[in-house]
Amino acid sequence: MIEAVGLTKRYGAKTAVYNLSFQVRPGVVTGFLGPNGSGKSTTMRMILGLDRPSAGHVTIGGHPFRQLPNAPRQVGALLDAKAVHGGRSARSHLLSLAQLAGIPAQRVDEVLGVVGLQDVAKRRSKGFSLGMGQRLGIAAALLGDPQVLLFDEPVNGLDPEGILWVRNLMKKLAAEGRTVFVSSHLMSEMALTADHLIVIGRGQLLADMSVTDFISANSADFARVRTPHTEPGQREKLTAALMEAGGQVMSEPDGALRVTGLPLPRISDLAHDADVRVWELSPHQASLEEAYMRLTQGAVDYRSTDDRLAHLQPPQQPGHPGYGMPPQPVVQDVPQQGWYAPPPPGQNPYAGAPGQQPVPGPYAPPAAQQPAAPQPSDTTKDAR
Amino acid sequence: MTAPAQHHAPAPHSYVSPIPVRRAHLGDALASEWTKIRSVRSTLWTLGVMVLLMVAIGLGVAAIAANAGEQGMGDESALGFGFFGMLPASICVITLGVLTIASEYGTGMIRTTLTACPSRARVLTAKAIVFFLLVFTVTTVVAALVGAVQVALVDAADTPTTGEWLRATVGAGGYLAMLGLLSLALGTLIRHSAGAITVMIGVLLLPLVAAMFMFSEALKSVQEWLFTYAIPSQMIALYAARPPFGDDGPSGWEPLLIMTGVAGVALAGAFSLLNSRDV
Repeated sequence: MIEAVGLTKRYGAKTAVYNLSFQVRPGVVTGFLGPNGSGKSTTMRMILGLDRPSAGHVTIGGHPFRQLPNAPRQVGALLDAKAVHGGRSARSHLLSLAQLAGIPAQRVDEVLGVVGLQDVAKRRSKGFSLGMGQRLGIAAALLGDPQVLLFDEPVNGLDPEGILWVRNLMKKLAAEGRTVFVSSHLMSEMALTADHLIVIGRGQLLADMSVTDFISANSADFARVRTPHTEPGQREKLTAALMEAGGQVMSEPDGALRVTGLPLPRISDLAHDADVRVWELSPHQASLEEAYMRLTQGAVDYRSTDDRLAHLQPPQQPGHPGYGMPPQPVVQDVPQQGWYAPPPPGQNPYAGAPGQQPVPGPYAPPAAQQPAAPQPSDTTKDAR
Repeated sequence: MTAPAQHHAPAPHSYVSPIPVRRAHLGDALASEWTKIRSVRSTLWTLGVMVLLMVAIGLGVAAIAANAGEQGMGDESALGFGFFGMLPASICVITLGVLTIASEYGTGMIRTTLTACPSRARVLTAKAIVFFLLVFTVTTVVAALVGAVQVALVDAADTPTTGEWLRATVGAGGYLAMLGLLSLALGTLIRHSAGAITVMIGVLLLPLVAAMFMFSEALKSVQEWLFTYAIPSQMIALYAARPPFGDDGPSGWEPLLIMTGVAGVALAGAFSLLNSRDV
């Protein structure tokens, strides 16, 4: 059990983590999500006592990490797969950590087998691929056979087989009653691995709920409507009718309309009343990835701009061509990035209190996508 | 044991490892640091080059002195030639001392280490002990071998006393190991290999170079002080019975005491900063 209370970390004027409170419970895989620079790694370092919080505290099993008796036997962590002296062999690296923690040396060969590095144990880790480095880092985390495990981006650089292995390993570890806390950028991966999610943005808690609740609370559902492109007038007609009925309409690049705020049957009725033929009327449901992007869109620190090659273009001719143009069309285009459908009425994703019962979106199925049921892993053979 | 199915208590910390749990102590940290220091090639390279330099320069100087014949040695023993090997050897020791800790910062290994052992003082103590013993043993043994050959080669010099023998072996080894500990402390404070090595080489050589160019009369006292207490001067003084520079300068065992004090202060600073700083 990891418990953070009012955790805050400031670096000079920059606040990396602000007033973060959460609990990570044993027996389930808890995913830790957030955009780059949102404070995930800082939080993990504070949990491990590497960084001192500016305010608040975080405990593991009731003790701050540095006061834990036998800390390496209770907590294992993978922070950075490259945090290895490249000149040292995989086995020497693990042996030095085992000796430091008072763990028997034969455990080193066990974990090397668990992560599948037994054949390269004597090789210097400088020549390891990123995936092999991740496996070595996971081996170090498993060394003490601890009850609390932290993994920072464990699937970075792994091949599909490795990703499947990590997924099953996390589930197996959690099923044994351990506390498993995993950060990742891969939402699809988290949907399959995690049972519970803690989402932060700009160092603050955005959500602390189960994966199913998270998707339905933040689902960005919309309807896609396509009218015959041979008759552009019909599109304008339908747009006007839909907006009159209170829907929000946006134009997709290929000419389809993205409609929110109206249920599918109502759109069909409106089209019928307006005498507009419809070629496509389809519901679009949010994946965890979209739900996450929508939740965190206001908290992204690093956003790319269009590469306009501005100063390479010839200078603009005088007599600005923009003047005298007709007013902007009513229907906006769907932006290339950074736009997601607004939340269902009466729901503010930033006010998502833990345990809050979410109202399903208008197009949400009765039960939102369930994460795949844990499968017993037979690919790993950790004797313990 | 009649109803094992009833044992479902999903309380926190329900997983218990079958590996016996025992408290780790300084001995474990020493074993770990020994594994670390012997499993990287930089240790072999720096110590190998150091031994090579001490042997080659020590024997070369002794051979030249032996060919020069009877004149010029006075009442000095041939062990004093050990200084010429000790100076380049100190650069190797500085490099190894800095790398012992700064390479962990450079690679990020320090975070893994401090996760496996939250007691930072224990980690630094273990590093200091392992490094000191390794450098002290190697330099003392090599200095003894080179010294024996020098004494045998140069007939013109006096036969060294027991005190001179001790200072030229244990004293030289201790001095270099303490200089290495100073580098280790500086590596802990600066956390950057190249930066710490540069600073240490500056500390080693610059005072003497600066003093050489202090021609002004007003700087006379500063120049004298630098000539007396610069690290190479202290190494020469280690081999001398009387102060070789100035009347109240260090001689005999005093340079070792001075270096031990400096390294102790630097290590104390390293301990307190390592303990309070984010890694």
